[in-house]
Amino acid sequence: MFFHFIDTMKVKVLSRNPDDFVRETKLDIQRVPRNYDPTLHPFELSREYTRALNATKLERVFAKPFVASLDGHRDGVNCMAKHTKSLSTLLSGSCDGQVKVWNLTKHECVRTLQAHESFVRGMVVRYCGTSFFTVGEDKTIKQWKMEAPGYGEEEEPLKTILGKTVFTGVDHHWKDGVFATCGQQVDIWDEQRSSPIRSFTWGVDSFSSVRFNPVQTELLGSCASDRSIVLYDMREAAPLKKVIMTMRTNTLSWNPMEAYYFTCANEDYNLYTYDMRFLDRPIVVHTDHVSAVLDVDYSPTGQEFVSASFDKTIRIFRKDGSNSREVYHTKRMQHVICVKWSSDSKYILSGSDEMNIRLWKASASEKLGVLVPRERQAVNYNQKLKEKFQHFPQIRRIARHRHLPKLIYRQTKELNIMKEARRRKERNVRKHSKPGSVPPVSEKDKPVVAVVQ
Amino acid sequence: MASAGEATVKKAHVGKKEKKRPARYWLKAQHGEKPTKKRKREGQREDAPKSSISGKADPFPGPAPVRQDRVQRFKRERSKKLKPHRNNLKLKRIITGTKKDSEMAQEHAARVDVLLPEEPGFLEGDEDEDTCTISQEDIAEAVDITSGAKYFNLKLSQFGPYRLDYNKTGRHLLLGGRRGHVACIDWQTKQLMCEINVMESVNDVKWLHTEAMYAVAQKKWLYIYDSKGIELHCIRKFNDVLRMQFLPYHFLLATASATGFLQYLDVSVGKEVAAICTKSGRLDVMCQNSQNAIIHLGHPNGTVTLWSPNQKEALVKLLCHQGGVRSVAVDKTGTYMVTSGMDKKMKVYDIRAFKPLKSYFLPAGASCLSLSQRGLLSAATGDVVQVYRDVWSTPVTKPYMAHRVRGAVWGLHFCPFEDVLGVGHGEGFTSMLIPGAGEPNFDGFDANPFRSAKQRQEWEVKALLEKIQPELISLDPNQLGYVDRANMAQRHQDRVEALGYDPLAKEKFVPRFKKKGRSSAGAVERRKKKVAHEDQRDVIKEAVEKKLKDERKRVQQKKQKTALSEKSAALDRFRK
Repeated sequence: MFFHFIDTMKVKVLSRNPDDFVRETKLDIQRVPRNYDPTLHPFELSREYTRALNATKLERVFAKPFVASLDGHRDGVNCMAKHTKSLSTLLSGSCDGQVKVWNLTKHECVRTLQAHESFVRGMVVRYCGTSFFTVGEDKTIKQWKMEAPGYGEEEEPLKTILGKTVFTGVDHHWKDGVFATCGQQVDIWDEQRSSPIRSFTWGVDSFSSVRFNPVQTELLGSCASDRSIVLYDMREAAPLKKVIMTMRTNTLSWNPMEAYYFTCANEDYNLYTYDMRFLDRPIVVHTDHVSAVLDVDYSPTGQEFVSASFDKTIRIFRKDGSNSREVYHTKRMQHVICVKWSSDSKYILSGSDEMNIRLWKASASEKLGVLVPRERQAVNYNQKLKEKFQHFPQIRRIARHRHLPKLIYRQTKELNIMKEARRRKERNVRKHSKPGSVPPVSEKDKPVVAVVQ
Repeated sequence: MASAGEATVKKAHVGKKEKKRPARYWLKAQHGEKPTKKRKREGQREDAPKSSISGKADPFPGPAPVRQDRVQRFKRERSKKLKPHRNNLKLKRIITGTKKDSEMAQEHAARVDVLLPEEPGFLEGDEDEDTCTISQEDIAEAVDITSGAKYFNLKLSQFGPYRLDYNKTGRHLLLGGRRGHVACIDWQTKQLMCEINVMESVNDVKWLHTEAMYAVAQKKWLYIYDSKGIELHCIRKFNDVLRMQFLPYHFLLATASATGFLQYLDVSVGKEVAAICTKSGRLDVMCQNSQNAIIHLGHPNGTVTLWSPNQKEALVKLLCHQGGVRSVAVDKTGTYMVTSGMDKKMKVYDIRAFKPLKSYFLPAGASCLSLSQRGLLSAATGDVVQVYRDVWSTPVTKPYMAHRVRGAVWGLHFCPFEDVLGVGHGEGFTSMLIPGAGEPNFDGFDANPFRSAKQRQEWEVKALLEKIQPELISLDPNQLGYVDRANMAQRHQDRVEALGYDPLAKEKFVPRFKKKGRSSAGAVERRKKKVAHEDQRDVIKEAVEKKLKDERKRVQQKKQKTALSEKSAALDRFRK
């Protein structure tokens, strides 16, 4: 600190005042002077690797995705709808025609109404969030107010439309007072009228689901029982085009961010992501389920989607990943029929056969509640480390490991053996045929039978 | 001035309006409208110099410049440039992203470097005065009281000579007398923490990861004591230990014994990690490279060997001296190694390239060497301690400082983060002031001399969580970051070695048991033969195909050759 001159000798020795390095009172935080000189911090990479390994292990330790189960339905949950304006509200319809409105923060049912006489096949909340539509197997479309009726008032639908055939699905336009239903044909309805403003048919078939495109709002996609996916433009009289696949598609979901992509849940245990401009070949084939996939829903970020399957699991896929990043299951959860990703992108809701709706975390090891800044910083740092070292064999092994029910584990193995056998056979056929007569077919090309314009 | 600033602002806005952007549906609402406030501000930042409220233009616009040599200090070595495939856009994007991030971090670190509070010490004499003639008393008198108090002598003539060790933060000193006296001292406050006599000869003493525990190599076994002098462990697996080194990030205590064994003890779990028989006799010269945790051993035949716990043989053997090696030291950056030998020479090596850089002749030879954090070298010749500066960059002719102690020097150690050199000798201990020896700025998260008990506990937990596994010790500490370029065959071989069998090997054919007498020995053999024949057929087929291919190639080549030779000679047509 000080220079000293004695006999013209200049000397300075390190002399630190402890007051500069120690906190003044106990109420202060400790002083931590930093020096980023790399030679003072040896083994940078090895230490980071160790930290990443610890972070990965902790992630698996804290992976407790199940939050709550909402029970109250007296039959299997057949459909669900997210509220368009309120994060904490969920609507669900069951196989006995009952519709329940749930408060998710309190985990309780706030309203119950007997909407239909048999199955509630589909439901959707109007874009403004003031009312919702339900369709049932009793050939009716009903519009209900979102508010519960006052004391002593009867639970009455705002409007009831009696159709000619059974309805299997409904979806609402994202901006206008128009909605679409599907059944024997795809109908477009104006909210003010009691007859459809447009009906689309393409051959004789029945449709299982219809969805409006969230960006190009006049576009619709629907899945038909003749194994096809049909796209429509609401403004035109005829459907746009369809792709016929080897197996039936149950539902489809549009990517909300890149709305030219949609993902469909297929009966052949796979999900397929298509670009609607090039339907001749799916962009990604998402495998991993071991039974028919029944429902799919995108996260609002468009980066991931969740799928529900008949194999009693739900899986989360990255939009461009062919294998799932996560699988959720419990001992009690039966065939999962419907699934939704909450609008704040943090939770997943699944409705299953055994009358329960389950609330899951979208990221299994995430801590719920408010994080203090230091915690948030540590989480971000660990996330980055995991990302940086994700390809190291030991870290990858830990990060990928998931416990599966024995049945699914065995079925996965069996399916792999079958797949391998099929590949082997194909290879042998090619080997013993005239060269070039049996060209190799890509796995992506196999599910598509034809594209019809 | 003000008007000029405004004019430029306006101009920038006009320019912005004229520039037409491609139509985007999400920008439709804003089209034709005024740009939003945020946009406006951004535009200003990009295009025009900042104008303050007073209207004056910023005389130093933009970020402050950083000196390139400062940034260079924070650059990390990267041996090979990563080049992804041309079409792998995703990987390319990731690599450019991380590169940008690390460059930004380096720049930030260089900027923060300016704000470091302390400057290193120095000593400058008169124009014709050698600094080595300045005595310790003069320096102690010249500096402030607290620093002056750091020069002191402990007269311990009864149990000497003494070995010593400072802990990682430099606050605590451990003394071990040859005749059994062990003492630990908070040397800055001169508080004695404990003092014991182990009633046995002491070969070496070493602090473990904190000041709460230390290891003492006694006559027969290795003992661990706590700071109150209570014996915690007697480790009978480690016998006749002469020298010890502690690897703080691995929690490993490396010991070299008189029987020629180099052993590693994991002090966090108390297990022996590795025991290596070096087959080179008594090991009494040892040091560590703090950058890659490699242990350097000096041998009586003049060689220095480098060891890691993962290999039974030495990683490197260097012939350094004609006589035996007396002492080895490695600098903080892991670049230079200094050795002294019985041939009275002191040599400097570059241990990245294993090349000798400098060789000095010391008339008495150096018995002990020690390197400080800022690269000062202290060498003990008999009872004189000499300190040299810049031994690897410039040829040194005279020492920077010198001091005579009372007895023969037995141990030398620079105190980290202080301008202090501790000398253990026959008559006790001397703490010397060496201006410019210590790193002036410590990192509070790594080694904080002023840490409280609570901070130390927290640090200990963190350090234990980040304990590096001994398998990661290698000559290149960044080896973990390189892409594994092993091919399939190599990987398969590794897998076979790890598993102990070949998982992809073809299963041996075991004929199924059939009834009605069809599994008689003869039938089984026949079936086996049939399968074997089938396999053989494939092999033969392949061999024949290869042969045919080679033959065809040969014929083709021959044809070409003849065609070429025919063409080359113009007068061939006249040949018979």
